[in-house]
Amino acid sequence: MNAAASPRRLGRALVVLVLAAGAVVSVVPFYWMIVAATHSNSELFHSPPPFLPGGNLLRNLVALEDSIGFSRVMLNSLGIAVVYTLGSGLISAMCGYGLAKYRFRGRGLLLGLVLATMMVPFQVLLVPLFQMMASLGWVDSYQAVILPFLANSFGIFLMRQTFLAFPNELIESARIDGAGDLRTFYRIVLPSVRPQLGALAIFTFMSQWNAFLWPLLMLNSEDKYTAPVALYTLVGGTHVDYAGLILGSFLATLPLMVIFFLFQKQFVSGLLGGAVKG
Amino acid sequence: MSTDSLTSSPSVAAPEAALRRARPRVRITHWAFAGPAAALFVFFFAYPLGASLYQSFTADRAGVPTWVGFEQYQRMLHDPVFWKSLGNTGLLLVIQVPLMIVLALVLAGILNQSWLRFRSSWRIAYFLPSVTMLVAYAMVFKVLLKTDGGMVNQVLGWLGAQPVDWLNNPVWARVSLIASITWRWTGYNAVILLAGLQAIPKEQYEAASIDGAGPIRTFATIVAPQLRPVILFCSVTSTIGTLQLFDENLVLTRGGPDNATMTPVLYLYKIGFDQLDFGYASAIAWAVVLIIGVLSFLQFRFFGNAEREKR
Repeated sequence: MNAAASPRRLGRALVVLVLAAGAVVSVVPFYWMIVAATHSNSELFHSPPPFLPGGNLLRNLVALEDSIGFSRVMLNSLGIAVVYTLGSGLISAMCGYGLAKYRFRGRGLLLGLVLATMMVPFQVLLVPLFQMMASLGWVDSYQAVILPFLANSFGIFLMRQTFLAFPNELIESARIDGAGDLRTFYRIVLPSVRPQLGALAIFTFMSQWNAFLWPLLMLNSEDKYTAPVALYTLVGGTHVDYAGLILGSFLATLPLMVIFFLFQKQFVSGLLGGAVKG
Repeated sequence: MSTDSLTSSPSVAAPEAALRRARPRVRITHWAFAGPAAALFVFFFAYPLGASLYQSFTADRAGVPTWVGFEQYQRMLHDPVFWKSLGNTGLLLVIQVPLMIVLALVLAGILNQSWLRFRSSWRIAYFLPSVTMLVAYAMVFKVLLKTDGGMVNQVLGWLGAQPVDWLNNPVWARVSLIASITWRWTGYNAVILLAGLQAIPKEQYEAASIDGAGPIRTFATIVAPQLRPVILFCSVTSTIGTLQLFDENLVLTRGGPDNATMTPVLYLYKIGFDQLDFGYASAIAWAVVLIIGVLSFLQFRFFGNAEREKR
């Protein structure tokens, strides 16, 4: 009795109450997405609005498939994100390793370029990159979406920091065993930085999955759209299929949530990316 | 190849020279690992960077880009829409970023309390918004905030309030944008700040409480100084993100109504790719680069100084 009335417990209860209110605000839109995605358009804006999931999921899914070819668009997004993640991960690891463990002419310049890329917003490159892609005849192609950002400065920097801490003795002993540079890299070095590579892969996958502005500029034909571009075209018309829009948004977010729940640890360390030392 | 190996990293090169005679093996030149990235950077970063700087000093004259000196930059200074987009960004920087950082700090402080139960569940609940796809969450808010029949207005209706024209009124459109961004990014920043808090040794809190310091004093003397670099990280990344804002305001309002949610990047997108005015779009892009540089520098000075004094 006395304990319950003590000001400290009351204070803590209040804090938990505020915390809960904030958490509701955070999470309710997700619940509402499920509700909205399973109702028809007219039910959605009916008064009172629906609070429980409805039975219109299948019909919304079919409508979404008809209007923007949703499965195709998701596969496009997935393919682009996977290729980008693998390609830029490999290039980041190689470049980070080269910068950390080799001395060559122009190393300082390259490191400077990497840091500059991190600081310069990519929008400054939009116009010239667009013109380059146009003159290469790459507009409306997947390589135009992937290639310009394949050398990822954040990834290179992260891998360089990782490899700076990598013991030279391991590299040396691989050489003593007769392994060449490439073999040493693939057999000894890469496997031992798997956690960092994983965190980087999650980070790059997410950034490519979210990418909107550049794919919007580059992709013109509907069958090549990525998910965000296709979803965006849905709001353009006069008659907007809101339920389909929410269903598409939810499904497009789902892969990110799955990755988050599967790899929480790597997720957070990838996101911290040097914000907190040690 | 042989000259390159002379310049190789000494620690790696030392045993190598002795072993070279013993066993032949595949050797590659020393820039080979960095080569692909370097080529990509030159082609897709250095060249377009130079090109965009050059273009910002040109204008289209009868289909030919012509050197016009600072004309595009002068035009920018007299362009009310550009100024409005900067003003909107300034508003976000002054209201949204501090609001979000303070909320994130409070949240991180609460999540760091040892008495709190289900701490990881709370953390997940707050972090979840930052796992949504950018365009998707903007879509969700667009539908939630729909004027007629949108969920937010329906709830307001039950509370006896009039429906608000969230996305078509200049003031409310900005409020909607601020609310959306804050929803998406507060938990993200809180998790980063929480990691910073957890890096502070527990003994320091204990020492403070033995010395009789209350929570506010503990925060001011122990937490704030050590959290400074993390707060700096959060505020710099949020500032840069705000200056590059595009997805959210394009989806929510397309920069409207009456450019109330126009941002420099959305504006340069429209100038460049709706009006195909590449020179002017490049000039706006460089203005954004300049502003990001100056603001980041100021924040480093502001938050960095005290740390340097301490050391």
